[in-house]
Amino acid sequence: MNVILIAVLVLGLIGLASAVILFVVSHKFAVHEDPRIAQVGEVLPQANCGGCGYPGCSGFAAACVKAADEGSLEGKLCPVGGQPVMEQVASILGMSVELGAPKVAVVRCNGTCENRPRLAQFDGAKSCRVQQMTGMGETGCGYGCLGCGDCVSKCQFDALQMNPETGLPEVNEEKCTACGACSKACPRGIIEIRLKGPKGRRVVVLCNNKDKGAIANKACKASCIGCGKCVKTCEKFEAITLENNLAYIDAEKCKMCRKCEEACPKGAIHGFNFPPKKEKPATAEQQVEQNV
Amino acid sequence: MMKPIISLSPHVHGGDSVQKNMYGVCIALVPALLASLWYFGLGAAIVLATSVLSCVFFEWAITKFLLKRPACTICDGSAILTGLLLGFNLPSNLPIWLIIIGALVAIGIGKMTFGGLGQNPFNPALVGRVFLLISFPVQMTTWSDNLHDSIDGCSGATPLSLMQKAILEKDPSILNDLPSSLEMLYGQTEGSLGEVSALLLLLGCAFMLWRKIITWHIPVSILGTVAIFSGIMHIVNPIYAMPHVVLMSGGLILGACFMATDYVTSPMTGKGQLIYGVCIGLLTVIIRNWGAYPEGMSFAILIMNAFTPLINTYCKPERFGEVIRKEEKK
Amino acid sequence: MKTFKIGGVHPAENKLSASSPIREAALPKQAIFSMFQHIGAPAKPVVQKGDEVKVGTLLAEAGGFVSAPIHSSVSGKVTKVDVALDASGTRRTAIYVDVVGDEWEESIDRSSTLIELSDRPDLDSKTIVEKIKNAGIVGMGGATFPCHVKLSPPPGSKAECVIINAVECEPYLTADHRLMLEHPEEILVGLQLIMKAVDVKKGYIGIENNKPDAIALMTEKAKGYEGIEVVPLKVKYPQGGEKQLIDAVIGRQVPAPPAIPINVGAVVQNVGTAFAIYQAVMKNKPLIDRIITVTGKSVKQPSNLLARLGTPFQQLIDECGGLPEDTGKIIGGGPMMGKALLNLDIPMTKGSSGLLIMNDMEARRVEPQPCIRCAKCVSACPMGLEPYLLSKMSAKEDWEGAEKNDVVSCIECGSCQFTCPSNRPLLDMIRVGKSTVMGIIRSRAAK
Repeated sequence: MNVILIAVLVLGLIGLASAVILFVVSHKFAVHEDPRIAQVGEVLPQANCGGCGYPGCSGFAAACVKAADEGSLEGKLCPVGGQPVMEQVASILGMSVELGAPKVAVVRCNGTCENRPRLAQFDGAKSCRVQQMTGMGETGCGYGCLGCGDCVSKCQFDALQMNPETGLPEVNEEKCTACGACSKACPRGIIEIRLKGPKGRRVVVLCNNKDKGAIANKACKASCIGCGKCVKTCEKFEAITLENNLAYIDAEKCKMCRKCEEACPKGAIHGFNFPPKKEKPATAEQQVEQNV
Repeated sequence: MMKPIISLSPHVHGGDSVQKNMYGVCIALVPALLASLWYFGLGAAIVLATSVLSCVFFEWAITKFLLKRPACTICDGSAILTGLLLGFNLPSNLPIWLIIIGALVAIGIGKMTFGGLGQNPFNPALVGRVFLLISFPVQMTTWSDNLHDSIDGCSGATPLSLMQKAILEKDPSILNDLPSSLEMLYGQTEGSLGEVSALLLLLGCAFMLWRKIITWHIPVSILGTVAIFSGIMHIVNPIYAMPHVVLMSGGLILGACFMATDYVTSPMTGKGQLIYGVCIGLLTVIIRNWGAYPEGMSFAILIMNAFTPLINTYCKPERFGEVIRKEEKK
Repeated sequence: MKTFKIGGVHPAENKLSASSPIREAALPKQAIFSMFQHIGAPAKPVVQKGDEVKVGTLLAEAGGFVSAPIHSSVSGKVTKVDVALDASGTRRTAIYVDVVGDEWEESIDRSSTLIELSDRPDLDSKTIVEKIKNAGIVGMGGATFPCHVKLSPPPGSKAECVIINAVECEPYLTADHRLMLEHPEEILVGLQLIMKAVDVKKGYIGIENNKPDAIALMTEKAKGYEGIEVVPLKVKYPQGGEKQLIDAVIGRQVPAPPAIPINVGAVVQNVGTAFAIYQAVMKNKPLIDRIITVTGKSVKQPSNLLARLGTPFQQLIDECGGLPEDTGKIIGGGPMMGKALLNLDIPMTKGSSGLLIMNDMEARRVEPQPCIRCAKCVSACPMGLEPYLLSKMSAKEDWEGAEKNDVVSCIECGSCQFTCPSNRPLLDMIRVGKSTVMGIIRSRAAK
C-alpha cells in the first residue's frame, strides 16, 4: 500500500513540476504570430511549390497578411489554388480580390527529333543545366529544348511529361497550375507561363531561337527564322512583335484569327484547342486571285 | 565519324569501380576464410555458403520484386561481401535457418529498407549479426570444437568469456587459462568463423591497404586505442586481461579491419575516421569489461555508425589555403 | 621532391607526341577569329568587310581592362564579321578572313636571332607591360587570362617571385615540353622580361619530373641567367593549377577567393606565355600563332604543330593523318579539363593547347552507380573540398549549403570524378552549384 502511495505521489509531483515548467516556458518564450497567418495558411494548398514567388505556403500567407494591412492584395496570387482560394484568403482578411485570367505553361519549342536533327550525343549527368554548360547541346539550336527533363522533375503536380517520341515535354493543361516552377527550372527559358485564353484557345510561336534566319533554318525544320511575315499579317492588331530574329505573340492583344499561323512559312506558329477546321469552299474573290 | 560525344570535363576516368573495391575486400578475406575452413571444416563451408547465397538472393529478390528497379545490383559485389562478413561473425554450428534469417535482416532491414547500396546508416552484416545475437543468444554463443577436444562445446570457452569471467569473479588467475598469444595469432579454436586467425586477418588488411581500398586511419586508431586503453586497465587492475590478448581475441581485428572500415557507414575525412576509430576502441573495451555481452565490437561499431553523419558534419577536410586564413585571423 | 600538399590524382600520361618535333602547320584557306579568345570583356572588331589585312594587323581592340586585342594571323581580305561556333559550344562574334599569300606587317622581326635582355637596356617595366598588352597576350595554359592584368599588381600588393608553369600535368599534351626543348633561351629571356615587369629578382620554372630532358636542358641554360631556378616537381595532377603550383614551388597556399596569387607574392605565367612575351617584346610580334598538340590513340601521327590562330581544327587534324574512323569525342585541350567540341570547323584560339581525338570506346562514360561514400573524392580533391557533398547539394539545389561548404573554391580540375569508383558525374553537378552560387554572390554584392 505504502509502495503504491509513494509511487503515485512521486509521479504526481514529477507531473506537476513538469506542467509548471512547461507552462512557464511556453509563456516566457511564446512567439506572437498574427493568428490570421495560420488561418490563411489553412486555406492554401500547402504544396509549397513556390509558384507565388514566396518560399512556401506559410511565406505566402505572411505576405498576404502584410499586404492586407497595407491595404491591397494586388499582385498576390496562389497560382495553384487560383480564384477560389484567393477569394477565401480575401474573405479571411476582409478584402476583395481581383483576379487575372487563368494561365498555363507553354513549351515554346517544337524541335522534335524529326524536326531538329541531333548533331552530337550528350554524355553526362542527365540534367538540362549540365547539358547547357556544354554550349549548344545535342542539336544545332542553342535555344531549343535540351530534353533532359529538368522541368518534368520540378513539376509538383504531375502536369509535365516527357514524350519519348518527340523528346519534348508535354503539358497536361488539366493538371497545370501555372506555378512557374518548370519555367524557372528551364536553363533556356523555353517554358512560358501564358494566358490560357478563352476556352483554352491560344496562338503561340513555338520557337525560342534567336539566331539569324539561315542558322535557325538549318538547325530545325520548325524554327522561327525571323522573316516577319506573321508581323505583317497582324498589322491590324499589332499583337506580333519581332525581336532578335524571333516573333512573339502578345496573348492579350491576340484576336485568335490564326492568320499568322497560315502565313508562317516554317509552321512555327501553333493554335491550341481550336476545333478542327472545316474545308470552306473558296470565295469568288479568292478564285479570281488564283486565276490571276 | 557520325555524331561526336559531348560532355563536360574530365573526359577520362581512373578505372576504379565499386566492383573492384568490393571484390578486393572479398579477396582480402580469402586467407582467413581458408583458415576457418581448415579449423571448422564442413560447418564453416556450410555457414559461409548459406550466408553468401541467401544475402545475394535477398538482394536480388528485394530489388526485383519490392523496389522494382530494373538494374541488377547483385553484380556490384556488395551483397557477397555482406554475406561473407555475416558468415565470419557466426559460429560454425549455427542452424541454417538462423543464418537465413540473419541474411534477411542484414540485407532486408540493414540495407534495402534505406534504399540499397550507399544509403544504409548501419553496417548490414553487423545488423544481421546483432539481431541474431540478441534474439538467439544461446545458439550464437555455442561454439563448436571440431579440432581440439577442449571442454564440451558449450558457451563460455572463448578467450573473451574467460576474460569476462575473470572480471566478474575478480580472479586474475582465470586469465592463465587463456590460449597463448602465439596460438591466438595463427589460429585459436573457439569462436566465430572470422575470429580464428588474427595473423591472416591482418594479412588481408595489409592487402587492402596496399590496393588502397581502405586507408590506415580506422584500423590503426581502433587497434591503438584498444591496446592503450586495455593496457592501462591491466596495469591498474590485473583482473583485466593483457592488451595483446585483448587485441587478438574475438572479432576485434575482423571488426577493425573489415567491418568498421565499411565505406558507407564510416566517416569521410581522415580526422573523422580517427575520431570514429578511437570511439569504437573505447566502446569496445568498455562493453567487453562491463557489459552484459562478452563481445563489444559489433555494438561499438553500430553505435559509432549512428554518429557518422554527425562526425561528417563537423569534421571537414582541411581546405586549401586554410592555414593562411587561420594565421590572418591571429 | 616537391609537390602540392592536398589531394591529387595520377592519370595515365599518354604523352604520345613527346618525341615529335614542332613543325609548322600550313596556312588555312580561311581563318576565323573569335572575339572571345580570352577571359573578360570580348574584343571589339575594328575592321570591316572588305578590308585588306596583313599578318599582325589589328583586327579587334581590347573591350576593357580585363580584355585583349586580337591580331590577324594571316594576310588577305576580311569577308565578314559574323557569328561562328567556337570552343565554348556557342555561336559568338567572329571575324572571317580569306587568306591570300602570306604578307607580314613590316614592324615584325621574323629572324631567329636571340635578343638577350642585356641587348635592350632601354626596356623598362612600363614599356614591357604596354607591349605585352598591345600584343594581345593571354595565359596560354588554357585559362586565357589577359597577361598584362597579372603583371599590373593591384596597389598595395607586391610580387616577390615569378613562377613559370612548365608542369603540363594534363595527360597527352606535349606542347610546353617541346617548346622547352626547342626554345629554352627564348623562354628564359621571356621570364627575365616578366621579372623585370613586376620588379622581382627571383624566378622559378616548375617542371614535372616526367620530362627529365627538359629539366636537364633548362637547368643547364638557366645557369647563364641570374636569379632563375628550375624546380623539378613530383608528377601529380593538377600540379599545373595556379594555386597548386605556387604551393608546390614556394610552399604558400593562396587563400580562398577573392584572394589571388599576388596576395602571397607570386606571379604565375605559363611557359608558352613566356615565349610569347619574348616574341612580343623583343621581336614586336603580336600573339598570332601558338604550339598545339594534336594527339589521340587513333591519330596516325600525333604531332606538335606551330599553327596560326584562327585555323580550323579540321586542317590541323588533316596534317596529322586525318580524322580516325573510330572517333568518338573531339576535345579542345587535355582530357582532364578540355572542352568537348561539336565539330571540327571550330577555329583554334589563343588558349588551344591541344586537340585530342578520343575513340568511341574510351570516350563513353560508364553508367553511374550509387555513391558508396568511399571518400576517395575527398582525398583526391586538391582544394580540400568534399565533392560528394557538393554534388549532392547541387542536385538538391541546396545553394546555401553549397556556399557554406566552399563550392566556389572548386577549380574544376576533375580529380573527384576521375577517381570516383561509382563513376558519378560529380563535377558536372558541382559546376551547376558553383555557377549558381557565384551568381547568387554576385547579385548579393550588387545589392
